[in-house]
Amino acid sequence: MTDATHTSADMNRFASLLDRLAYEPGRNNKLRLMTNYFRNVPDPERGYALAAFTGGLDFPNAKPALIRALIAERTDPVLFGLSYDYVGDLSETVALMWPARDGGEPPPTLAEVVETLRTTGKLNLGKKIAAWLDALDETGRWALLKLMTGALRIGVSARLAKTAVADMGGLGPNDVEEVWNSLSPPYGELFAWVEGRAPKPDTSDPAPFRTPMLAHAIEEHELAALEPAEFVAEWKWDGIRVQAAVGRDASARTVARLHSRAGEDISGAFPDLIEALRRDDSGAFALDGELLVRTEAGIGTFNELQQRLNRKTVSSLLLARYPAHIRAYDLLSEHEADLRPLPFVERRARLEGFVARFGSERLDVSPLVPFATWEELAQARRDPAAHGVSEDIAAIEGVMLKRRDSIYEPGRPKGLWYKWKRDPHTVDAVLMYAQRGHGKRSSFYSDFTFGVWEGEGEAMSLVPVGKAYFGFTDTELAQLDRYVRNNTGNRFGPVREVLHGPDHGLVLEIAFEGLNRSTRHRSGIAMRFPRIARIRWDKPAREADTLASLEKLLKDR
Amino acid sequence: MQPTELLTPTPAGLFCPAANFYIDPTRPVARALITHGHSDHARPGHEAVLATRETLDIMAVRYGAQSAGAQQPIDLAQPLEIDGVTVTFHPAGHVLGSAQIAVERAGLRVVVSGDYKRATDPTCIPFAPVRCDVFVTEATFGLPVFRHARAEAEIEKLLASRALFPERAHLIGTYPLGKAQRVMAIIRQAGYGRPIYIHGALEKLTNYYAESGVELGEIRKVAAADRSKLAGEIILCPPEAIKDLWARRFPDPVTSLASGWMRVRARARQRGVELPLVISDHADWDDLCATILETGCSEVWVTHGEEDALVHWARLQGLKAAPLHLVGYGDDEATESVETTEPAHD
Repeated sequence: MTDATHTSADMNRFASLLDRLAYEPGRNNKLRLMTNYFRNVPDPERGYALAAFTGGLDFPNAKPALIRALIAERTDPVLFGLSYDYVGDLSETVALMWPARDGGEPPPTLAEVVETLRTTGKLNLGKKIAAWLDALDETGRWALLKLMTGALRIGVSARLAKTAVADMGGLGPNDVEEVWNSLSPPYGELFAWVEGRAPKPDTSDPAPFRTPMLAHAIEEHELAALEPAEFVAEWKWDGIRVQAAVGRDASARTVARLHSRAGEDISGAFPDLIEALRRDDSGAFALDGELLVRTEAGIGTFNELQQRLNRKTVSSLLLARYPAHIRAYDLLSEHEADLRPLPFVERRARLEGFVARFGSERLDVSPLVPFATWEELAQARRDPAAHGVSEDIAAIEGVMLKRRDSIYEPGRPKGLWYKWKRDPHTVDAVLMYAQRGHGKRSSFYSDFTFGVWEGEGEAMSLVPVGKAYFGFTDTELAQLDRYVRNNTGNRFGPVREVLHGPDHGLVLEIAFEGLNRSTRHRSGIAMRFPRIARIRWDKPAREADTLASLEKLLKDR
Repeated sequence: MQPTELLTPTPAGLFCPAANFYIDPTRPVARALITHGHSDHARPGHEAVLATRETLDIMAVRYGAQSAGAQQPIDLAQPLEIDGVTVTFHPAGHVLGSAQIAVERAGLRVVVSGDYKRATDPTCIPFAPVRCDVFVTEATFGLPVFRHARAEAEIEKLLASRALFPERAHLIGTYPLGKAQRVMAIIRQAGYGRPIYIHGALEKLTNYYAESGVELGEIRKVAAADRSKLAGEIILCPPEAIKDLWARRFPDPVTSLASGWMRVRARARQRGVELPLVISDHADWDDLCATILETGCSEVWVTHGEEDALVHWARLQGLKAAPLHLVGYGDDEATESVETTEPAHD
């Protein structure tokens, strides 16, 4: 909203859109900004912008390492390091620091940038990018670098961008979602369709992604308003939510895909699962479930699952050590029939039958939790072992509540599904080190390493047990930042030692989901999902918890 | 004589043992020399204060006439001898009355610059470089990512946004001392003739600037009942008021913040700012570096801010350089706001 509207369709216009989106808090205003851009910018420029918003661009040669090399040629490495540490974002640091030289080249178009980045080899790319950086202003440089590194972080999800496109033609986001996987940048066909200039693109995707149905979080005191008889409960597992889709393409080949909750195709990282799912005899189906690692010893920790995530290829060692598994929650289609309009209990019956017939050791059903009253369910949630669960108790994250009559409705509809997570554990720990954060918390000391006491009396010392970088409010963050700056001991590069001892130190109440043994940490313990629950300005450091108390918790599990 | 014998860093601030005075002490002392009126530098409760007339006035506006025991005004560029040490105040260009303090003895001159800037500012006397042996500098924006825009260009952005959204109020967060009045003065220079509205927390200091002869045009304090009628107007308030209940009554306000921190996107987003204006009363990176070289000093001490980068740069230039790690400065954002904000009445 600050700068004049660019009339030329160049990189600056795209940069100005990104800039405005980055500061615009309102969803509807974001949509209007994007729709307006798509209406007024020609193909293929707008299509590449859409690809940027939906994560559809990949430039194998334009990596952060290349950007680092470019800035290293023009600036002092120490000054760059300190600046990057402060700003917390590589693209922005370079955009702000870049000492531009007059090159005389006009700013490039977005299409030129995308096509050049895709086709130019490593050797010539650096020179090209440096020339662009010289030609663009600070905002243009920032947009270019964000685009190259693929992380825009402007508060626009792929879903929102698709909604903006749908808005152009009075369609819904699910209409765009339906045809999405059969299209590719710069999406000329899609824009032609939403603008009414061409028919709906042909989608013969045999294994399409279906927008998942999500649950609202609920607390114990809110349950009283609900009728227990109207709900079914099932265990909520600590993995990642996925959708498996299997179908036959035009040449009768069976296609199997695994989609993340956001619709990303993650099949490449899970050849073991894909192989198990791609059965010629089972016909087309789509199911919703939790992706887990499961060995003969039971379900692995989330940490183990993480070894399998975000990989383009996967070694046979990883496949053997961390076999992937789906614990199914729902059946969305079977033999071409869309089951989503059916009530949950009917889908559940179909799911149980399907999984039993499928008979794969990599696929099972998440068991239901029987209950008549909320008190019974509360007991089961607190103590799954006493309520029919004999194994994998550590992987239970809570319970899910689903209305018996709920249809499978994409998005997060109100009043149908609830997640009721287990209460977190808490520990009082002492702040030991702090580092500046990235993204939203950039330039504040916001990544905190904390420790608990080991030994007694004179030998009492703090041993680090984890790191937390959220859980606090903006006001608390400002207070913590000031505390760190005013209580700094040693400095180790970007890391500040925060004064800590029995008589001087800040106690943080840390909430966490669980503990794992770890050989990577001196304490021998790794905390799962730690966050700062409260700042205990009142509590003397010597009264913080001990390592022994955490070890006891680990044994109890 | 070693420079640290003339001025020694202590937990209360820089101390001159020979003449028994502190510069900008962070706790009450017997004798204080004060560079400027921001509350992290000018604190109440000292037994005796030496500062420019304007700085003493500003302290009186903020803390009342009894803000210090004895108050002695000093003119710029007029040397004064205290127990064999010569002190001279020179303009710092930061806010009205702001000064650098040159401390000399036996041929050794240390200049404590306080906070300063080099950019033009219609509300105060420009910074004058002073040759010295040791230059004591701030480093609030001591990183090469901080390159402030021209304040005039930022105000053009504001006026363009106002033209684009005539139905919305434009609410600009500014520090009550210096920034607010500079923003007003530049808005006037740009030819804007409508009244400028201010939050009550800005009133006293703005009146003081106007009485001192700074041209600010018609300034109106926002009356509670009028807030909903201020569509299309420009309203200045303390930084945290832009997210206050107070701000909600304005017609669909565009929230803006005038600060050097706005150069970093995450900072603007953390504050929920829609229209960031990169306007600062501190020197940016290029000006910090240029100023150090201009003083001809052989040694640099960095008081507060992003000292590591500036110290590194100075050493690359062949200068001796050290961070002082003084605690208690550079929090003007926090301290200014706490003391000057009126409680929201609705």
